Amino acid sequence: MKNFKYAFIKVIPVMIGYLFLGAGFGILLTTNGYNFLWAILMCLIIFAGSGQYLAVSLFLSGFNILNTIILTFLVNARHIFYGISMFPKFKNMGLYKPYMIFSLTDETYSLLCTLEVPGELDQTKVYFHIAWLNHFYWVLGGLFGAILGEVLTINIEGLSFIMTALFVTLLTEQWLKSKKSIPLLIGFLVTLICLILFKYVFINVDLFLIFSMLIIFVLLTIFRKNIEKGDRNEFK
Amino acid sequence: MNLSNSEILILIVIMALVTFFTRLFPFLFFKKQKTLSPYITYIGNYLPYSLIAMLVVYCFKDVTFFTFPSLIPEIITIAAIVFLHIWKRNFLISIGLGTFLYMFLIQTIF
Repeated sequence: MKNFKYAFIKVIPVMIGYLFLGAGFGILLTTNGYNFLWAILMCLIIFAGSGQYLAVSLFLSGFNILNTIILTFLVNARHIFYGISMFPKFKNMGLYKPYMIFSLTDETYSLLCTLEVPGELDQTKVYFHIAWLNHFYWVLGGLFGAILGEVLTINIEGLSFIMTALFVTLLTEQWLKSKKSIPLLIGFLVTLICLILFKYVFINVDLFLIFSMLIIFVLLTIFRKNIEKGDRNEFK
Repeated sequence: MNLSNSEILILIVIMALVTFFTRLFPFLFFKKQKTLSPYITYIGNYLPYSLIAMLVVYCFKDVTFFTFPSLIPEIITIAAIVFLHIWKRNFLISIGLGTFLYMFLIQTIF
């Protein structure tokens, strides 16, 4: 119970955010004509904010498995690097471990990274409570928004901008934290140039994302020395 | 485009599996190594910045670029979000007010 209480208080900021973002997702999905049960299922088994927002535009663009795989992977690729810093934390979690990996969202990750569990508490239980509470709030938010979306008749034109707003906010936050502007600029410019090229010269945007990603990867590799050097200079 | 229920279900399951795979990935492939190679660490540190910037641009894939007044409400809103976030540093305020501002702009002015 002590463990639960501690976790409950720690996740309150995430609770507010998840109820809000989950509801935004629920409204977006149901106002596009999808049953609220889909919203609950997605919140339960996908459990990824930006991924689920993206899913709505994927549904609208038709049944395309390859596109779904590529885009879902790209949107969630950052998770690959979250796990690395979780090795020592998850090492002794036994049966809880698979669920901890499944539920490692941006928010759970940042909570677990910064948390220092007091000695008298059971760290494994605290981590697990944090993970399932966040998952629970996410489903609750999705359900709430989905029901709201089914009864609501307000003009929601422009609501899908919430996804852009989410990414812009994440980007600003990352930049404020570490001021790594070169990789940010590379990502922005490369993708923008590729988008304009594919849209107006090749007249087909299907492949622009995978193409952008490859160029970004190559540029980051080529300019590794400069980027790391620039970073060290800032710390001096 | 309308998808059948089974098509929606298939896409949802695929998205769930791919998402889980990205989270499971380091536990499957990096675990054996005692320390990560400097290159992987470098990519891990810097790639997320490029990728999120990429996703911001991706959101504009259906916007027409070279005709008035497209992009103006988007640019105004993004500037407002960046400003709000630097000022208040609160995700809820930045995302919520930003989306609201954009809806207001395109429904009433543009």
